[in-house]
Amino acid sequence: MDESTSVDVEVNGEEEQSAGERHEQSELLPQLVAHLREHRTRLRQQWVNRIHEAHLLDAMTPQEVAAETTSVYDNYVEVLETGSVEALQHYARDLSERIIPRGVETQEVVSIVLLLRDVLARSLFEKYQRDFAMLNRVLDAYEPAANRIANTVAGSFVDERERVIRQQQDAIRELSTPVLPVRERLLILPIIGVLDGERARQLTVQLLSGIRTHRAKVVVIDITGAPDVDEVVANHLVQTVDASRLMGASVIITGLSPEIAQTLVTIGVDLSKMNTIGDLQGGLEEAERLLGYTVSRQEGVTG
Amino acid sequence: MNDGPALVSIMRQGSYLIASVHTALDDSQMIRFQEDLVGQIGGYRSRGVIIDVAALDVLDSFGSRTLRNIAEMARLRGALTVIVGIQPEVAFSMVALGMGTGSVHTALDLEEGLAYLGSQLSVSAIRGVGLHGV
Repeated sequence: MDESTSVDVEVNGEEEQSAGERHEQSELLPQLVAHLREHRTRLRQQWVNRIHEAHLLDAMTPQEVAAETTSVYDNYVEVLETGSVEALQHYARDLSERIIPRGVETQEVVSIVLLLRDVLARSLFEKYQRDFAMLNRVLDAYEPAANRIANTVAGSFVDERERVIRQQQDAIRELSTPVLPVRERLLILPIIGVLDGERARQLTVQLLSGIRTHRAKVVVIDITGAPDVDEVVANHLVQTVDASRLMGASVIITGLSPEIAQTLVTIGVDLSKMNTIGDLQGGLEEAERLLGYTVSRQEGVTG
Repeated sequence: MNDGPALVSIMRQGSYLIASVHTALDDSQMIRFQEDLVGQIGGYRSRGVIIDVAALDVLDSFGSRTLRNIAEMARLRGALTVIVGIQPEVAFSMVALGMGTGSVHTALDLEEGLAYLGSQLSVSAIRGVGLHGV
């Protein structure tokens, strides 16, 4: 009984203390913000000088640097004031969208934000140099907020980069496996570039849905443009051929390079069910034969 | 054992039987389907069987083995079987799990299946109905 009571008392004491701290912090931050607003021009100029000294943002003109630093400074102070990083997050994403294409690196941006943090911290040292206890409390309030800002900016930058990369990956994926109808019920699927597991899977999905959409009976897969094939991808290709057969389409594979042919036989992929023909032209001719097309050249036409 | 409504409709079209699977079948329903179909092949003297699985988004190993068995039984009863309408996802998962349809022919859809049977049997589905009546 006694023990639990004493624990309760202790907990209450701690709570009171931290509430007191919070209260003090909420008073200190407006004071801090007022200070930063008051010396805005001087501090911003100090910051820009530090940026120049460190040879950061060389890709941008002085006017641009001035404009961007002003808005970053204002955003920074605003975050300190409101405690909400949302606006800054938005701004940082917007900023990165503008400056990433100009070759500004992520670490450059992080260094710049850290420079601003240092410049502002220095000004606080200066202001409170006579009152060490007060300086400590101001820094207690300032540091977590400043670190959170640095984190947010860096995070937004990385997010933006990743978004661009994802977008490009999607674009490549879309482009890389076109399923092309060449004649009624005949599709060709040219494969260009390295086939990895993910692309092979994508290819299968596109091919099978292409067979259904175009009601294809024959598909020619041309792998002239594929530099190499590993065992996983080769087996996947075999499965794709089998799955196409289940959907009523026969598959002809063309353009197996000497290297790929040797690889496939050496690693022992079962290709006995695969219909392979040397080049795309031969494959198309065979496909036309299967579908009953005859193509003949008209006499007297010079093309 | 399984008295509910049939989940597969077996329709007679001339000298062909068209079995359309409406929904995923469990093992006992699959067996019932097999018995119904094999029984009707003899009854109608059918020459060809089309099994349409377009409504299925999954086909397990028992299902695909039963389909293979039905085709073999149909052959013994004098009919050629073609499976039509296998969906892309079903096709690939069947292959990935190592279950094919064996020697049974497959076609894209009902129309293709009819065309295949027509070319193999050289008997028109229409002819059976039009000239000989019911």
